[in-house]
Amino acid sequence: MKNPYFPIPMRVKRTSVETTDQMLRTIELSFLNEEDKRAFHFIPGQFCELSVLGKGEAPFGIASSPTENGSLKFTINKAGVVTTALHHIEEGAEVGLRGPLGNGYPITLFEGKNILVIGGGFAFTTLRSLIAFFLQPQNRNKVKDITVIYGARMPGLLLYKEELKEWEKRDDIKLVVTVDWGDKDWNGKVGLVPNVLEEVAPSSENTYAVICGPPIMIKFTFPKLMALQFPNERIYTSLEKRMKCGIGKCGRCNIGHLYVCKDGPVFSYDQLEKLPKDY
Amino acid sequence: MTLKLDKKDLKAFLETLMEEYDLFAPVKLAEGVSIYKKIDSPDEVDLSTENPQKPAKEVFFPQSETMFRYEKAGKRYQMTSTEGVERERVILGARPCDIQAFSLMDDVFLGKEYKDVYYGNKRKATTIIGLACPHPLSTCFCSSAGGGPFLRKGSDLFLIDLGEMFIVELLTEKGMAFQKNKFFREANTKEISLAKGIEEKASTKADASVPIGGIDRRSDLMMENPFWDRMHEKCIGCGVCTFLCPTCHCFDIVDEAITDKGQRVRNWDSCLFPLYSQETSGHNPRPTGRERTRQRLMHKFNYFPKNFGRVACVGCGRCILYCPVNFDIRQAIKLTSPKEIKKVKDEVDLTRQ
Repeated sequence: MKNPYFPIPMRVKRTSVETTDQMLRTIELSFLNEEDKRAFHFIPGQFCELSVLGKGEAPFGIASSPTENGSLKFTINKAGVVTTALHHIEEGAEVGLRGPLGNGYPITLFEGKNILVIGGGFAFTTLRSLIAFFLQPQNRNKVKDITVIYGARMPGLLLYKEELKEWEKRDDIKLVVTVDWGDKDWNGKVGLVPNVLEEVAPSSENTYAVICGPPIMIKFTFPKLMALQFPNERIYTSLEKRMKCGIGKCGRCNIGHLYVCKDGPVFSYDQLEKLPKDY
Repeated sequence: MTLKLDKKDLKAFLETLMEEYDLFAPVKLAEGVSIYKKIDSPDEVDLSTENPQKPAKEVFFPQSETMFRYEKAGKRYQMTSTEGVERERVILGARPCDIQAFSLMDDVFLGKEYKDVYYGNKRKATTIIGLACPHPLSTCFCSSAGGGPFLRKGSDLFLIDLGEMFIVELLTEKGMAFQKNKFFREANTKEISLAKGIEEKASTKADASVPIGGIDRRSDLMMENPFWDRMHEKCIGCGVCTFLCPTCHCFDIVDEAITDKGQRVRNWDSCLFPLYSQETSGHNPRPTGRERTRQRLMHKFNYFPKNFGRVACVGCGRCILYCPVNFDIRQAIKLTSPKEIKKVKDEVDLTRQ
């Protein structure tokens, strides 16, 4: 029997600060054992449990795409004990990893369809994985139009700024970046994500919407998607809950009979409608 | 196959058992505090307590359990898992309710997707010697929960106390391994019929009237019902019902460290504790007793049946016996009838007007 609680060793290859408030750091991990690397297959939307031994373990969505071979990226918000330890970790250090865990985005459902990706704040990590996956030349023709609406409170709080610039230059993705408050260097859009969605008004025809962000953003964005005629079963979101085991044993992350860790974290709005509002 | 074991041979039997196995049995630590623990001397074993306060789940799922140890060597960590089981084990004297609960734990820990090796290795290495309950307590309702005081399912060997001796039934292949045990002799028809009489008498005592059947469907519509406003009012959230529940399996995982050395440990946790679901951001999806009581009961009677086809309650009655504020799960189950739910709703609506 394989022990699902036993982490595999990873090396911290690179770390970089993402945001001006210094609260978000991306760490890139490489596999220390070749056999672990070969056995690791994931899809965008899945997550891992990262361990800093002595501090503990916490779940993080995978921010890199499966198409970016050899290493895994995680963007970490400094909030508690484990995340603070991960912020202070040095390049070359060893961390533990368990995963990939969870279901991930329904990639095969999206095939042949348009996708509308709506992200807010630092919830953009697994959305970045999804976008990067479909932007890979071998995957690009799997979906039709890719529309991305991404918002942050301030320009400095946007993740993956260099990459956003790259995407802006491409003609095979429509990217709308918005901030709640601009600054003197900001030439882009200013406005809340739900309002920007209304303004951009992408067609719901043949389109799947994937939305990930703070609860308040999701609350106000859903009605706008409804107004655009998106049916519940074509709206997907990824949930977060307090987790420990990540494999549906320890109990705490359930919503009704489903566990966010193993039955999620990705759910359709249709599924969520039928579940208790325990999240 | 029906055999017998004279009580005067019990000590010698346990001694030979301990030569081959790690023996786990009920031990009375103090008046009213009986637990299952690893036996060092046969004198510790106490089979007289009606049903030990702490359930036998500890044998497979300890209250606190090391998952692995680690030590830092330069930049690397040396990690050693503690999942292995050194010796074969025997649980002696587990009651039918606790044994029925093992099969529910199996659903969770040995499920299709992920196998919990810590639980699984212990479970696999264990022979279960069940002990019949001749005198179910007034709080016992195993007969309502698909069990019964003489339920043999799950036991490898099954003991029935006849006063001077135990009737010993060998039920499985693991049990048949004891066929040649020198302390076991064949039981005569008189002894067997005596045991039968005790069984018949006991089976009428455990409450079979708690309406558990169909509760998963009944409770489907209860999530937002004012029922929960009423239900949680007296609960103080101490969590004793979850710790003493033979089917509750929630746990927390923490690291314990001294400089470069340490271990990862899992400890029992309870859905009745606010911190259980509290997120780092401060958000708590189950912020009050209302949501937490709902989680405990709905998990047992609605979510668990959805996932595994049966309720996560074996009717052992411990949560009733040891609740400091007399919360009675049987009462809660009875209140899920549509008529009762409406009554509660009307009452709550009235007080809100």
